[in-house]
Amino acid sequence: MKIRSEIFGQIKQVAQEQGQRLGPLSDDLPLLNLGLDSLGFAILVSRLEAVLGVDPFSNNEDAPFPVNLGDFLRFYENAVQQVS
Amino acid sequence: MRTPCNRFPSLRDAIAAGATPRGDLIGAEHRVALGDLLLRSAIASDAEQTRGRSVLIAAADPVVVALALIEFDGLARRMTLYPPDLALEHLPYVMRHAEVDALVSDGKFFSGASLGTAQQVLCTPALVPRVRASPERLPTEWVLLTSGTTGRPKMVQHTLASLTGAIDASPSSTEVVWGTFYDIRRYGGLQILLRAVLTRSSLVLTNPQEQVGDFLRRAGEAGVTHISGTPSHWRRALMSPAADRIAPRYVRLSGEIADQAVLNSVRSFYADAEISHAFATTEAGVAFDVRDALSGFPASVLSGTPDVDVKVVDATLCVRSSRTAQRYLGENPPLLKDPEGFVDTGDVVELREGRYYFQGRRDGVINVGGLKVHPEEVEGVLNRHPLVRLSLVKKKKNPITGALVIADVLLKDPSGPEGEQACELQQAIQRFCRQSLAPHKVPAAIRFVPALAMSETGKLARHDG
Repeated sequence: MKIRSEIFGQIKQVAQEQGQRLGPLSDDLPLLNLGLDSLGFAILVSRLEAVLGVDPFSNNEDAPFPVNLGDFLRFYENAVQQVS
Repeated sequence: MRTPCNRFPSLRDAIAAGATPRGDLIGAEHRVALGDLLLRSAIASDAEQTRGRSVLIAAADPVVVALALIEFDGLARRMTLYPPDLALEHLPYVMRHAEVDALVSDGKFFSGASLGTAQQVLCTPALVPRVRASPERLPTEWVLLTSGTTGRPKMVQHTLASLTGAIDASPSSTEVVWGTFYDIRRYGGLQILLRAVLTRSSLVLTNPQEQVGDFLRRAGEAGVTHISGTPSHWRRALMSPAADRIAPRYVRLSGEIADQAVLNSVRSFYADAEISHAFATTEAGVAFDVRDALSGFPASVLSGTPDVDVKVVDATLCVRSSRTAQRYLGENPPLLKDPEGFVDTGDVVELREGRYYFQGRRDGVINVGGLKVHPEEVEGVLNRHPLVRLSLVKKKKNPITGALVIADVLLKDPSGPEGEQACELQQAIQRFCRQSLAPHKVPAAIRFVPALAMSETGKLARHDG
């Protein structure tokens, strides 16, 4: 649960800094409808690397890109499990 | 056998030539058949009045931009393409140095901007009968804008021949429908527009504000077979639930370093597509394509690229061909080519086991999702903040946009704030940057440092990795 809340917190933080509006967050929400643009998303991934210590996008050359928020959360949960 | 296509005196002559069907320009709001431009015109007024003028093309709708390029090539002395994301504060500089005396728009672009005495020409997708068309053609200069060190755009001059030198116009045995994530006012997008026009294919154009999913759905409905974008465009597309709406036969990546992860992702998602990543810059033109779906390029490119001389000098890629731009316009323009005609691309490469890999830029330019950022410009803004003494802007690798901009900041007060106060000041400095910088140029992270290293010449020491 900690990873989940950390990710939600960072999403809200980045959206606020970038002046972007978020809709309600749910697992089946497509990532591209999250409300973050490409730059916002890049910043989110960079912040998550700083706080969670993993960047599953870079460490996993053959993994399919996550499409919805649920995929994204699992993407990070799996990555954190692998290093711990 | 390659059919060179830079033999046409103008784009409209290329459309008029031959009997095979011509494609359509397909935008989010408008669709125009290119063949209709032979008897009808996108210019509501008498286009002949703009003969020999230097026109600035700035329309909100990319279909209108494409139409204007076709109408004015061969008619205007010079065409300058104003990209949608370039701030209007640069308009007077661009107009002065391109000697613009006519502005072409769809009436939506220049709201509130001061336009002086230039003639204003309306261009629309609602075609009108062509009044008269003189057969006389001018060798129109094409001016593309790219980002410069000081924030002022660099003005790069091409001709139709240099822009189309890499395009093979031999007809395809099967129908080709092009699509591009790029805006056609940028070199990468313009290449695809010219490719579509000269190979008589249709082209699906993206609107600046359009969501990637909406574009993919439109591209799928139009039956796109060939599609191009930057690696960042592709990463975003593959995260869209609409990524499966297209079934391309050919996927092209350019404008940024294509890493192995993005090449693998594209290859596994579009298993039937040929994947190509191209090395091209606005100044150097299209240098070469890499088709083995591996990052970097084989060393054989240096000796085996037809019509293009490629060499590595001091680990930097230099290119000479008929596709390079001719010169820069603007204030104190630097030389675009060396005396032997080579364009120094500034892209650093490293040779490992017979293959060259891109290492970033010698001048430290940071490529954020295909948009260039000059560290000096960002440092200039940071250093204007009242609490900042000095700053060093660097690149941080990022799997989504290729890179992000980050900054080391030396504060005037060496003790500096700590904890929450430090965090607040970082955010305040970012807000300060946002007032005068485009979003991709604002440092995504700011670190307060006790000192910044200087080189022996008294300049900031840059170690870009």
